[in-house]
Amino acid sequence: METRSYPFAELDHLEINPVYFELQRDEPVARVRLPYGGEGWLATRYEDVKTVLADPRFSRAAVMEPGADVPRTLPTMPSETNILSMDPPDHTRLRKLVAKAFTARRTEQLRERAQQIVDGLLDEMQAQGPPADLVEALAMPLPITIICEMLGVPFGDRGNFRAWSEAAVAITAFTHEEILAANQSLREYIGGLVERKRAEPTDDMLSVLIAARDNDDRLSEEELVSFGVTLLVAGHETTANQIGNFVFQLLRRPDRLAELHADPSLMPAAIEELLRFTALGGSAGFPRIATAEVELSGVTIKPGEAVFVNNVTANRDPSVFENPHEVDFHRAHNPHIMFGHGAHHCIGAPLARMELQVAIASLLKRFPTLQLDGDVTFKRGRLIRGPQALPVRW
Amino acid sequence: MGDWTIEVDRGTCIGTGMCTSTAPDHFRLEGGTSTPVKADVEPDDAVIDAAESCPMEAILVRSADGTVLAPQP
Repeated sequence: METRSYPFAELDHLEINPVYFELQRDEPVARVRLPYGGEGWLATRYEDVKTVLADPRFSRAAVMEPGADVPRTLPTMPSETNILSMDPPDHTRLRKLVAKAFTARRTEQLRERAQQIVDGLLDEMQAQGPPADLVEALAMPLPITIICEMLGVPFGDRGNFRAWSEAAVAITAFTHEEILAANQSLREYIGGLVERKRAEPTDDMLSVLIAARDNDDRLSEEELVSFGVTLLVAGHETTANQIGNFVFQLLRRPDRLAELHADPSLMPAAIEELLRFTALGGSAGFPRIATAEVELSGVTIKPGEAVFVNNVTANRDPSVFENPHEVDFHRAHNPHIMFGHGAHHCIGAPLARMELQVAIASLLKRFPTLQLDGDVTFKRGRLIRGPQALPVRW
Repeated sequence: MGDWTIEVDRGTCIGTGMCTSTAPDHFRLEGGTSTPVKADVEPDDAVIDAAESCPMEAILVRSADGTVLAPQP
């Protein structure tokens, strides 16, 4: 079996490196070598990916064990535990502190507020253009405003935390020192906010977490700060980039766009299909460590070995999705795993769905003649893909 | 007695795998949605955690006298 260097080359315009599909067909559990920490496995088929993500025989926490030398893209091992590197029941202990605020039901109550924000942003865009950069006009400010309001982070601080967040999700886009420094800045920033809210509690998620720590000792100070950082970064980087990605995908597919104009009730299904289809992530992050011998597609994973998964390729698995490389808003069944699967299934999934629906629907309604205004440059070397800028006219 | 009952609304469940990972002894995925391994169980905090962690609030846990234990409103 050939051992391949991983991550594979990143293609432009959200294209997926064809090596992933060759592996999915011929070598569904492939041997890969990372820049640091040696070799591991890469799973690309839908069922295998779900097994690695949800089966308790695969651990995220094992990555944090003292002396662990896990295959990775950065020279140093992560030193700070956060919720993304925990297993149940520790993971459950933290997650349930905020899970209620992110349910589909509670998120639906924020739809009106999201609509209000979007309407305001589109008013401004209309007044100042055409042209416009959709990243700055809509994609960034919507999710940042919402997560700031939920967490209790001042929107006025976004200049700082956007820059740190940008570096914190980098793989090669910034130097290793810059990435570590950005993570440290985010922790100091949230740590400072925690101290202020401790003195003067407010009605928001950070204050809820502070109370859970101070009154009930349900999490440590380090867990509190890193949870705040994770919620802030994951709460906007993902959705902000997906808004840009989805608009890009739609504007390059006039037939699909026409379908949505003709029947706006297709929007929820369209968002699910764009979630399935669009390669938001797909680089070498978040390996799982086998804690027992597990067989995946005929390959035996031994205890202690690292397995990477690729959700993006899994979402194109032809054994689950008919014509997987087509964008089809009429799929009867679309069980994509863009938000992951198992204990780490994205806590913000209902929020992301709602924001995407509101943003894309309102944009198309307001600017029915919207089109791309020149080539689009995509960010590179990050865990999360998205346009640098999205020039549009109407 | 003193048993709890677990119900999963399979029309609401979207198969995130939260419950099967949080309480693997009590839930399994079948055809893409969750189902309790057993409808009647001994009291176990993992069952409450699973119900509280479900983003769709599709899991209902009741005590023997019918009181809803989770999810909290």
